[in-house]
Amino acid sequence: MTQAAKPVSRPLSPHLQVYRLPLAAWLSITHRITGVGLTIGTVLLTYWIVSAAYGPDAYARFAGFIGSPIGYLLLFGFSVALFYHLCNGIRHLFWDIGMNYEIAETKRANIIVLLGTVVLTAGAWLLALAM
Amino acid sequence: MFAPSNLRSPLGRARGLGAAKEGLHHWWLQRLTSLALIPLTVWFAATIVGLAGSGYEAFVAWLSDPCTTAVMVGFLAVTFHHAQSGMQVVIEDYVSSHSWRLASIILVKFVCYGLAILGIVSTLIVSFGA
Repeated sequence: MTQAAKPVSRPLSPHLQVYRLPLAAWLSITHRITGVGLTIGTVLLTYWIVSAAYGPDAYARFAGFIGSPIGYLLLFGFSVALFYHLCNGIRHLFWDIGMNYEIAETKRANIIVLLGTVVLTAGAWLLALAM
Repeated sequence: MFAPSNLRSPLGRARGLGAAKEGLHHWWLQRLTSLALIPLTVWFAATIVGLAGSGYEAFVAWLSDPCTTAVMVGFLAVTFHHAQSGMQVVIEDYVSSHSWRLASIILVKFVCYGLAILGIVSTLIVSFGA
């Protein structure tokens, strides 16, 4: 450390706090967030099956909980996260086999993932509520 | 001798394992479970939609079918394996303290495998009509 620090003139890698993330990066971090959310949501999934194993009364308690406003909110969040993680997970598998790395392909996949999530979530809820 | 650009020793190259000493095992299982979960998730979502608004009897009748029981056990096993595997990667990336990292990974794995056993046993109890 005999030399004084010189101002850096070479290009620096973008820092997260000053760099506007591209959409694909937002979708990537959302994949992790939904993954963690779904893991927490598996408690609800387990509660559903366990309640049935305990019998009709326990199952009715579960149905009462899931039919409440909070239950619907949890179920809606779970369904959005599930369909998003499914769609974006498929795009990650395409990346894993070395496909869709071009910017145009990545942008197209962004749209497909978002559109797929909306269509699957809306379709599932419309069908479920019509039952 | 190997070229200076290749810092890997010939023995390391032959073993094919990286710094974690487990090679691709964790990565590969994560992908394998992802692939299995594509049809399983579609099946699960379709199931929930189909069962919407129906009661206990309908649920038991549906789950007691041998094929449904089998698919549900598979779904639970693969889902929880995938969940603990993904949670491990998230924890490894964001928890910098070694002791907290180890503790949270152990906790997540115990909880995930515990829930998996609970779900699978309950599925079998419903299916066998106990």
